[in-house]
Amino acid sequence: MTTSQPLLQVNQLTKLYAPGKGCEDISFDLYPGEVLGIVGESGSGKSTLLTSLSARLAPNSGDVLYLNRENNWLNLYELSETDRRYLLRTEWGVVHQHARDGLRMGVSAGANIGERLMAVGERHYGKIRSKGLQWMEDVELDVSRIDDKPSTYSGGMQQRLQIARNLVTHPRVVFMDEPTGGLDVSVQARLLDLLRTLVTEMNLAVIIVTHDLAVARLLAQRLIVMRHGKIVETGLTDQVLDDPQHEYTQLLVSSVLTP
Amino acid sequence: MNQNTATLEPIKDGYNFAYLDEQTKRMIRRALLKAVAIPGYQVPFGGREMPMPYGWGTGGVQLTAAVIGESDTLKVIDQGADDTTNAVSIRSFFKQLTGVKTTESTSAASIIQTRHRIPETPLQADQILVYQVPIPEPLRFIEPSEVETRKMHALKDYGVMHVKLYEDIAHFGYIATTYAYPVRVNDRFIMDPSPIPKFDNPKMHQMRALQLFGAGREKRIYAVPPYTNVSSLDFEDHPFEIQAWEESCAICGSKDSFLDEVIIDDQGTRNFLCSDTDYCQQQVAKQAEKEEQAAEGEQDDN
Repeated sequence: MTTSQPLLQVNQLTKLYAPGKGCEDISFDLYPGEVLGIVGESGSGKSTLLTSLSARLAPNSGDVLYLNRENNWLNLYELSETDRRYLLRTEWGVVHQHARDGLRMGVSAGANIGERLMAVGERHYGKIRSKGLQWMEDVELDVSRIDDKPSTYSGGMQQRLQIARNLVTHPRVVFMDEPTGGLDVSVQARLLDLLRTLVTEMNLAVIIVTHDLAVARLLAQRLIVMRHGKIVETGLTDQVLDDPQHEYTQLLVSSVLTP
Repeated sequence: MNQNTATLEPIKDGYNFAYLDEQTKRMIRRALLKAVAIPGYQVPFGGREMPMPYGWGTGGVQLTAAVIGESDTLKVIDQGADDTTNAVSIRSFFKQLTGVKTTESTSAASIIQTRHRIPETPLQADQILVYQVPIPEPLRFIEPSEVETRKMHALKDYGVMHVKLYEDIAHFGYIATTYAYPVRVNDRFIMDPSPIPKFDNPKMHQMRALQLFGAGREKRIYAVPPYTNVSSLDFEDHPFEIQAWEESCAICGSKDSFLDEVIIDDQGTRNFLCSDTDYCQQQVAKQAEKEEQAAEGEQDDN
């Protein structure tokens, strides 16, 4: 992993809504196939950072560089909006915390999965349909429900559908904002299991924002701990969680509830 | 449109020529120029209150009022027919306020205002077709935000248009959209062709006449200039098709025009009739002529 080139380079990224509100001076690299967890308390700027990284919120300063499939470095916020949107539909994926934000609730599950394909120019109904069915299966959804609207799905199913919808174009980087938030523990476990399988199979690079350290432990190889908009500690997940150095990380780790 | 409209004399006391004041007409003409310059692009305009309710064709009426001149001949159709309430009242509105000639013949008209149909008779280069449009935004069904839809048009972000067609095939096995069938104009903008049946979509392609679209409530104008490519969206394995009928018109016997199904008694007996009344009469007249000639031929033989 260390020998390969990074996929995403973040240099001194700053997006502040007010002094101390937002994220400040963030720098890190993301490598292909790596799962990076961002943890921290509410209001620590995790989501702002994620939105900014995923080309949906222009930062005040700093760069996000991305190495695309053609091996060209792209400076995200120097691209035209057309190119940014294209990137979001093809090589990237965004999984929202609430599936409703990421899905089109008015159209069937199959259309939700097929939308990205159609957006990048697929015009063969049969192919779109069979890909839809295949992805329903891959995320362990009942294929007979392909023509049902996502509003008739349970929360866990909606979340899995959202993942399928993002992965259908075989993205290289996926941004996830608390993908397991609001799900009960058994559904959470199943979703995490699924995510872990998919990430390994597709060699995905993932940036996952969570406040749940257990989720971070299970999925992420590397961890960034944020507080007041800044990175306070970074390192391998097990290292950070088992031997926290910064006082805030120590507090965070010690306040985990164990049943 | 055929002369300098600035010198037009009012016809009726207290009303300007064609109802709208000259400033408003100029504003609409400016919007029209922009619309013609960017085929399929929706140009916002300051839509006026018209003396009729929204949904009755206030957009189309404003366009007609802005382009009509003294020497024009106006035809108004509603669902293809010249004799329905909407068509009759709009025609008499312009007759009273402009004094122009009106006609029911497609080929004799210089301006045709239409609701829901394109005439069967092919239009010519000196004609203008004005559509009344209820919802100009083809992306509205899936994206309620106007800010977002305008951005989607600007960025050519049209993937969702096929989602609608996908849904049709998934639920019905074929593309069940029969009217307001989305088209791509000049290989760029996706446009709602107003609620014309998809039967009429192919007529828009490379049409010789100028096509103007006015949405009064939504305050949008768009246009398709003459000889512009207009293609209907479809899938490779589900190509675009127009409606076809097994029946023929009960009056003129036409097999290739758009037919309306009409229930004619309490027993549920039904007939199919041409929706384009002018075309139907033309066909009847043609047949009468043929029969006459045949009869004359027989007389000559004797």
